[in-house]
Amino acid sequence: MSDLQKLTIGKALNLGLRRAMEEDPKVLIMGEDVGKLGGVFRITDGLQKDFGEQRVLDTPLAESGIIGTAVGLAVRGFRPVCEIQFEGFIFPGFDQISSQLAKLHYRTQGKIKMPVVIRVPFGGGIGAVEHHSESPESLFAHIPGLKVVSISNAVDAYWGIQQAIKSDDPVLFFEPKRLYHSGALRAEIDVTGTPVSCFSSQVVREGTTATVVAYGPSVKVALDAAAAAEDGGQSLEVIDLRTLSPLDLGPVFESVRKTGRLIALSEAPSESSLTSEIAARVQQECFYSLEAPVLRVTGFDTPYPPAKLEEHYLPDLDRVLHAVDRSLAW
Amino acid sequence: MPSEQWTHPEPGDGPAAVAAQPSPEQVIAGLRATSEGGAELTQLLTPEGERVPSPQFDKYVEDVDAEALRGLYRDMVLVRRADREANAMQRQGQLGIWVPLLGQEAAQIGSGRALKANDMAFPSYREHGVAYARGVDMKDLLGIFRCTDHSGWDYQGTGFHPYTIVIGNQVLNAAGYAMGQKFEGKVGDDDGEATICYFGDGATSQGDVHEGFVWAAVYDAPLVFFCQNNQWAISEPTERQSRLPLYQRARGYGFPGIRVDGNDVLACLAVSRWALDECRHGNGPVLIEAFTYRMDAHTTTDDPTRYRLSDELEEWKLKDPIERVRAYLARNGYADHDYFDSVQADADAFAADLREYTFNMPEPPPERIFSNVYAEGNPVLDAQREEFLSYLDGFVSAGEH
Repeated sequence: MSDLQKLTIGKALNLGLRRAMEEDPKVLIMGEDVGKLGGVFRITDGLQKDFGEQRVLDTPLAESGIIGTAVGLAVRGFRPVCEIQFEGFIFPGFDQISSQLAKLHYRTQGKIKMPVVIRVPFGGGIGAVEHHSESPESLFAHIPGLKVVSISNAVDAYWGIQQAIKSDDPVLFFEPKRLYHSGALRAEIDVTGTPVSCFSSQVVREGTTATVVAYGPSVKVALDAAAAAEDGGQSLEVIDLRTLSPLDLGPVFESVRKTGRLIALSEAPSESSLTSEIAARVQQECFYSLEAPVLRVTGFDTPYPPAKLEEHYLPDLDRVLHAVDRSLAW
Repeated sequence: MPSEQWTHPEPGDGPAAVAAQPSPEQVIAGLRATSEGGAELTQLLTPEGERVPSPQFDKYVEDVDAEALRGLYRDMVLVRRADREANAMQRQGQLGIWVPLLGQEAAQIGSGRALKANDMAFPSYREHGVAYARGVDMKDLLGIFRCTDHSGWDYQGTGFHPYTIVIGNQVLNAAGYAMGQKFEGKVGDDDGEATICYFGDGATSQGDVHEGFVWAAVYDAPLVFFCQNNQWAISEPTERQSRLPLYQRARGYGFPGIRVDGNDVLACLAVSRWALDECRHGNGPVLIEAFTYRMDAHTTTDDPTRYRLSDELEEWKLKDPIERVRAYLARNGYADHDYFDSVQADADAFAADLREYTFNMPEPPPERIFSNVYAEGNPVLDAQREEFLSYLDGFVSAGEH
């Protein structure tokens, strides 16, 4: 019997976490303010009330501590889900993520599994002070041993978080914070239906003129650009990458072979980033299909600027359309 | 509780008193004062092999009869012999690096033998003696230093976590593990479980160790922090890590801290049993500072003659952890020359076995580079592996033709 519910990304995550905790008593939620407050974005709202303080841990305030103890709990057989309040605060935990979380399985030749999820609200557009609007996902995609995913919609939020928790590998789960409570992105989800996998990329709008590949909050920008382009007679294909490590570029290659043009879109700085990797791999695989070089629309290679400037910093649909025009003019 | 190393000014003592700071000499004296069995240092066996009674800790070693003490002696001799053999093998180019434990045998055997089967130990990278006490095959351990493996033992079966090279990381991992023991209700009586975590004096400067103290305290984790203060973090002395004796830090986190003579195997055993017992019963965590000395280099790449005086080493040779047990056993007629010779022969055979194994240690096949990066696989990595193996196959075919 289906159970259809209309959910925002934030509510979908909350319900997904709840389902995972109901199904497996070894699932723990841990982080700063995740208990009584329900997290600064209220994603864990109500969970401590229902599952108790030993399953939803309001931890001391230290990211290395959160991740380092999650590693130990995973060695003991638990499946911790850590919340980092904002992506800019993940760096005190970077050592534990890169040195222990990512490597214990390899170091022990598979004897120790690390089923740990780190939820990271990321990206700009909320008018915040510094360290609250960044996109550091490429740094984690570069570390062997981690899986990195990013969701862009409520369906993937609901199923993706459950899939990440079930994974025996550590998963960095990047969530588009400015879209958490977007009514426009509310989706009808059959919460008892067949699970949807998020660990693969997906064509979210078909088109023929050029391909735009994006992930996380940028998917909405790409879709808005595609809708605008349609008025101008252009047909953009939009791909939601979803999995950032390992990259699932098969659908991107297929699309580029069809359209001959690729725009890689991300809020992150461009140098040595995921968009760099996409450009390199597409030219390697689709060299003879390309009608123009792969173009990138990204944040700039600067620290994230004061929020009064973020409308200039963040890629918007005009910058995407400008890139499409440049590609077509090649 | 032992007294502080220096007196802090009382409020109202005036500006000059408030500004008073311990002099560098006072700091060093406080950090290194051992009082030779005085109130600051728990000791059951003096460097001369005399038994010191302890109203608090004697009961934790009541069962240690002559036979058991001979066993501890044998453990230390074997571990030291293995350590010296590995050091020599590194010099001969058979090991990439070695991390000597010389001088720390009592701290490691004493604490290691205090553990029960269900306990878990989180080592740093010098805990070869603890590994031995946990039943880890030292051949497996040598693979790390011959660089054929990162960790070759069954961590669950032995209750001995993989070595952690990044300073202090394991303290948080141990705190998490101990929290898990607590969450699972495995503490509360004599049969309770506990975790022990090893780190050095240098590690106490790391944020992760501080955070580990905070987490363990907040969650009442059954965790014994076992700091082997061997006084040197490569070339940085203890006074570069702290202004007060390390065990006193525990007070700031709200749990007991104690300093034990790290060269006294009996005291290390007793204090560790006490601390683990506290944890089993849900009264953890506890910090133990095992006051000892690293008699060799930090690793085989280090040159301690550049930063410390030989006088210091000579002084510590007089506090050797093995010699004092030997003196005690001999003086009381618990062991004779034949016994000591037989232990030495066992140690030589143990070392020879390790040597032979090391020389013939198989090298891992190239595909091991790619194995177990992920539990659930990774298509990008799979493709990389296939491409590389096919590249290697090309060389084989070229050679064959």
